[in-house]
Amino acid sequence: MIEVSNLRKEFGNFVAVDDISLNVNQGEVLGFLGPNGAGKSTTMKMITGFLAPTAGTIKVCGHDVAEDPIAAKTVIGYLPEGAPAYPDMKPLAFLNFIAEIRGFRGTDKQQRIDAAIDKTNLGSVIHKPIDTLSKGFKRRVGIAQAILHDPKVLVMDEPTDGLDPNQKHEVRELIRAMAQEKSIIISTHILEEVHAVCNRAIIIAQGRLLFNGTPVELETRSRYHNAVNMVLATAKPGETANALQSIANVSQVEMHTLPDGLVRYTLLPDSGKSIIKEASRYALEHGLDIKELGLEAGRLDEVFRTITTATGDQREALT
Amino acid sequence: MNNQINIHNIWAIAKRELINYFATPVAYVFLVIYLALSGVFTFYLGGFYERGQADLQSFFNFHPWLYLLLIPALSMRLWSEERKTGTIELLMTLPISIVDAVVGKFLAAWCFTGVALVLTFPIWISVNYLGDPDNLVIFASYIGSFLMAGSYLAVGSCISAVTKNQVIAFIVGVVLCLAFVLTGFPIVLDFFKGWLPHFIVDAISYLSFLTHFNATMKGIMDFRDIFFFISFIACWMFANAVLVDMKKAD
Repeated sequence: MIEVSNLRKEFGNFVAVDDISLNVNQGEVLGFLGPNGAGKSTTMKMITGFLAPTAGTIKVCGHDVAEDPIAAKTVIGYLPEGAPAYPDMKPLAFLNFIAEIRGFRGTDKQQRIDAAIDKTNLGSVIHKPIDTLSKGFKRRVGIAQAILHDPKVLVMDEPTDGLDPNQKHEVRELIRAMAQEKSIIISTHILEEVHAVCNRAIIIAQGRLLFNGTPVELETRSRYHNAVNMVLATAKPGETANALQSIANVSQVEMHTLPDGLVRYTLLPDSGKSIIKEASRYALEHGLDIKELGLEAGRLDEVFRTITTATGDQREALT
Repeated sequence: MNNQINIHNIWAIAKRELINYFATPVAYVFLVIYLALSGVFTFYLGGFYERGQADLQSFFNFHPWLYLLLIPALSMRLWSEERKTGTIELLMTLPISIVDAVVGKFLAAWCFTGVALVLTFPIWISVNYLGDPDNLVIFASYIGSFLMAGSYLAVGSCISAVTKNQVIAFIVGVVLCLAFVLTGFPIVLDFFKGWLPHFIVDAISYLSFLTHFNATMKGIMDFRDIFFFISFIACWMFANAVLVDMKKAD
């Protein structure tokens, strides 16, 4: 439903977005990841028709954003970064304005507004001026206006930024509940969020698309993917580490001393190999005093750092 | 830039703006100051009683100066506030054209000045009570004043699209409007007459609000004066739309 091809945006000499292509289908929740200033927001602004691309095309539900912006904007719901809303207005009046612009009248309009208020739990604040609301409520007002017309395409720039854990959870639940019949793009700094709500993730840095795949694929990139964590009570940590290193397919052992004479060993596998069986068998056979044993899925923040800070050559190798 | 015009959208935007005027003290402060100042100008500076004539010359004479101060104060926030608070991103990603937004905002502000103008009706009642004025002349003057207010607003709205800073929008708006007032003054025109060809001096004089407003104050509803104000407003609104499109993301 969203087709972006060879998108490029220049501001003067600065290339903010450099040749990005991507597709989002119905039922997909795509997460935009990337450091600050990587071009995430700029890409979103072009998809929603706020900025005109320097080159490349964007189609939303078949409408070319450059050629027929109004048709494209009709099917898009957009939460801009920071959820801007008219500060002197009250949420009810604000949503009423959005509903009128979106072409709803009479009881249909009323139902849409009520549904949006209901979904975002705004009921208690609809008569308070928006600039007096807390950050969480302001964000929800922004989300309410974005979903009011039940859009096929939803673009949300950092929907959970600045929210407390409960509010984050609510917003994620909301996104998950809508995911089935929509195409959703969200941007985020929070890597767990990718796991919580997205079924695909892309990483952008310095305007370029560096990764496009599922969150699981992203974790597979991690050195810690399928690593085994063991907490042992051992008198001779160094010797135990050497012993663990000898297990088949273990490429590296990291050691971290904990209080009370415990030591955490992290066993990194050779790439693509699984070592949990060998490691647990070894531990049982050698009578290690295991306090804890666990398998790591991968460390997203580590992958994120590796991908976004890689130099040009390394980057070629990654993509 | 997209030029489709949709009446529903214009109406929705104008309504939101108007409601916003009255949601904040802006509307009330403006109306009170406007009415108080027009009273002061008419009765003290204009010598309404001393003139001993049953007309509203002393009232309308000061409108160009009253608007010079008040209208840029009304128009300065039209676009700069949208850019400052980031709501322009919201507005411009709604399914509307830029022209809808420019026209809607302009009409809201213009309606508001219309309300202010209508609220000066006690002065019209007074003059009718005291004497027997030519009400057609008064009516023509009111229309002329309203059109002139629209011209000030069109300039101010356009300027407010250029900057995020409302103070700058106000000052530049005042200066530009002042230019369009002054070019109608004989002193200013005499200054140009010395060294500019005649037709340029005529053109400068033609572009002044004062030239056309004074004509309507004489009770002559000339099509050419109305045409001037309407086309003046249209030109500035077009520039406004172009500037919004250019500057929206800065």
